[in-house]
Amino acid sequence: MRIIVAGCGKVGKAIIDSMTKDQHDITAIDNDPAVIEEISNMYDVMAVCGSATSREMLLSARVSKADLFIAVTESDEVNMLSCFLAGRMGAKHTVARIRETDYNEDGLDFIINELGISMALNPERTTAETLFDWLKLPSAVSVDNFAGKKIQLLELIVRRGSTLCDSSVMDLRKKCPIEFVVCAVQRGEAVHVPMGTFVLKEGDKVAFMVKRAEAHKFLKSIGAVQKQGRDVIILGGSTTAYYLAKLLAGNGFFVKIIERNEERCADLAEILPSGATLIHGDGMNHDLLMEEGIKSTDAFVALTGTDEENILICFYAGSQEVPKVIAKVNQGELADLAEKLGLDSIVSPRKLVADSLQRYARALNNTLSSKVETIYSLMDEHAEALEFKVLSDCKLIDKSLKELRLKSNVIVGGIIRGKETIIPSGDDKILEGDSVIVVSTDAKLYDLSEVLR
Amino acid sequence: MNYRVIFNTIGKIAIILAILLVIPTVLAACLAESSWWALLTTVGISLVIGLVLTFAVRPKTKAIFSKEGLVIVALSWLYVSAIGALPFVISRVIPNYIDAFFEMCSGFSTTGATILSGDRIDELYGTHKALLFWRSFTHWIGGMGVIVFLMAFESGSSNRGMHVLRAEMPGPTVDKIVPRARSTAQILYLLYIGFTAVEIVALRIAGMPTYDSFVHAFGTAGTGGFGVRADSIASYNAACQWIIAVFMILFGINFNLYYLWILRKFKSAFKSQELWIFVGIIIVSSTVISVDLALSNLTFVSNAHDVVRHSVFQVASFISTTGYSSIPAGADINAFPLLSKGILFLLMFIGGCAGSTGGGLKVSRVALLCLAVRKELRRVVHPRNANAVKFEGKTVSDETLNGVARYFGLYMLILAATFLLLCIDKGENLTVESNLTAAVSCINNIGPAYGVVASGYYMYNWFSKLILSFAMLIGRLEIYPIILTFAPSTWIRR
Repeated sequence: MRIIVAGCGKVGKAIIDSMTKDQHDITAIDNDPAVIEEISNMYDVMAVCGSATSREMLLSARVSKADLFIAVTESDEVNMLSCFLAGRMGAKHTVARIRETDYNEDGLDFIINELGISMALNPERTTAETLFDWLKLPSAVSVDNFAGKKIQLLELIVRRGSTLCDSSVMDLRKKCPIEFVVCAVQRGEAVHVPMGTFVLKEGDKVAFMVKRAEAHKFLKSIGAVQKQGRDVIILGGSTTAYYLAKLLAGNGFFVKIIERNEERCADLAEILPSGATLIHGDGMNHDLLMEEGIKSTDAFVALTGTDEENILICFYAGSQEVPKVIAKVNQGELADLAEKLGLDSIVSPRKLVADSLQRYARALNNTLSSKVETIYSLMDEHAEALEFKVLSDCKLIDKSLKELRLKSNVIVGGIIRGKETIIPSGDDKILEGDSVIVVSTDAKLYDLSEVLR
Repeated sequence: MNYRVIFNTIGKIAIILAILLVIPTVLAACLAESSWWALLTTVGISLVIGLVLTFAVRPKTKAIFSKEGLVIVALSWLYVSAIGALPFVISRVIPNYIDAFFEMCSGFSTTGATILSGDRIDELYGTHKALLFWRSFTHWIGGMGVIVFLMAFESGSSNRGMHVLRAEMPGPTVDKIVPRARSTAQILYLLYIGFTAVEIVALRIAGMPTYDSFVHAFGTAGTGGFGVRADSIASYNAACQWIIAVFMILFGINFNLYYLWILRKFKSAFKSQELWIFVGIIIVSSTVISVDLALSNLTFVSNAHDVVRHSVFQVASFISTTGYSSIPAGADINAFPLLSKGILFLLMFIGGCAGSTGGGLKVSRVALLCLAVRKELRRVVHPRNANAVKFEGKTVSDETLNGVARYFGLYMLILAATFLLLCIDKGENLTVESNLTAAVSCINNIGPAYGVVASGYYMYNWFSKLILSFAMLIGRLEIYPIILTFAPSTWIRR
């Protein structure tokens, strides 16, 4: 597919990174020559220097032949305008990052429709929604939703002495009354798709597929449940913090936002819902955190603009025995490092955005016998969970999973048939119109039939 | 340094060289020439080296940076030249390895300088067609590049391939024509194959024997210049000479422009300033040389058509850095009047357009140098002058200008060093003229030189041949790869 990415900031680079792995033809536009130089050295893309809103620039990037135009420059207005122009000049689909809260209230649909933009990206809101899911199931490292939130993929870390530790997948299935599928296990650098005899060890990161309604019960049955926290401290009053606070306050959580910039505090005070408490002060100050009750809070989320600050303060929060600590880390290298040092839950907005665009790009390949609806990358991007819509001419139809010769690095984690959700065993079949969730390591899937040997 | 990736890539190059060597091997077998086993042995050697390197040295990470890119390119070219020379040595056609290495450096770097005397070439044309085919085929491979070839046909490209591509492709800046490096390489090779095929057919129709058409098309496509006759192109009819002259010019033009033509973007293709400067230089210098030739009494020029043909052919041959000659046996380039020789000498420096198969400084670099000089002169008159340098409709950054200036400085230094080292040679009849033109000719990948060297490079001793071999590779790869590969600081782990 021909894809144009306008704006090569943090998010733009993450998008280019994931898109080049999918073998798309990418043209990158940025107005900083240094950035263009860097991009053309790092990635196999065409990088051109110029303004994303100039007609000549768009012409030379051959926007008329583009299947997807993604505008992720600093400015919302530039994004909207360039998407509008690109759409008029023949780009088939356009995606604009629109993150100002002013645009994201009720008027967003109007803007999108009037400008002919196919999709609006709001990394801050997406991040907030993901964080909200994580905070609701605090014992999981991360939670991803499938099939309109009917099925959830939980990532857990196996602790010493827990039910998971040293038991095989089969044993676990006997012990636990809830249906589940173990989709992937990360041990060290390697990621496995486990068989029934696979024995979990301490320190493994395991991905479970369960029905959303039963997620809480499942965690309870394997002894991994934590009291769902009600008190959340958010460090840094970013836009993400605002969205998260709004979600949490609306669902009966007690939120406390600590922000060091006075002006920003004043702005937040205007828009924050009444259930949230706003503190003006430096959150890196331990005394202040003590005073605001870090010892007794249930969850701590660091959302300041600096990755390093987030990581450090989260280690401090961990040392104060806060049950759930989440750090926002955008730089991949830092996230890996922090994870190695023992920080479990790390959210990366730009990875979330890259995922959602990858999903969007693959879903545009409608010509295949199945259609990608959702994609999440798991286990530090070593594995992917994909949701496919099964169309009539798919090869997998009407055979039980036992009969299908699946690749060894692929597992079917869930089937959604109308309102029914199935966590499949070997006897279940895939029918036309189903949504199927597949987890695969290393291979990139574009079509459901690729899971077969 | 990511040694594993470097040696792994060299392994792949070795396999590709083995595959390419199969073509002359089959030809030798078909023609029942004695050299087939020499070629087959080399296929075997390269295949073994290639398989060992690709399978024994598996890269841990694919991450490469510009340093690795430069080293990969330099070592690949040294490898193909060193191994490509083996068939000549094994078959005793060129018994001395240094001679054979010189011949192959000259082949892959598309220089066309030869250590074979005219009589020897005529003799080999009778008995060793396959080896002469291989000699010219190296021009064709070297023209577009070994690494570009690898990139076009290897599946699974990595993100950082640009470092390698940039190190091999000529010109001050390298632009991709499509987003992916692999597709770019494929398009370039398709265009290249297409043009070569058209030339072969055209030469065949004009009356050149099939074998000769292939060999000369390869020589023209890579802007190399190895011939198979003692008098180069002169013994073929005028039509063949015109065809070759036109194709020499075509192969001296930036291939990106052809792609634009195919996409029917004529406007942006014809907007290229470099193209018009190139065409302008050809027109002006052929006119001047025509007048100069007409005014001097040359034995082999009898009518106006001859005058125009010789001048256009020689201009095309020198500016595209091919080095074919239309001057009949009994005379050579030394017979040309002084002004014509002077112009041709200067054309050697200019070379083809960036992104073509030609060598030399490249038209765009010369243009940028002139623009930079103009800017500096303006500064002298108006110290606060803030005008930007514009080329191809875009503002040229100071960094690019400085890069071009640095390149030119280094280029002149290497030229001086090569010239000086050649002067150590005590060979008979060597003069300042012959040594200077030989150095310029090899660094710019042209081939023929003035003085005694006009008939070949056989009078030089082994040391000079080695120096010139490296000069040719340095010129083809645009200095940095070879220089950095031999700089100790590139290899020391620090």
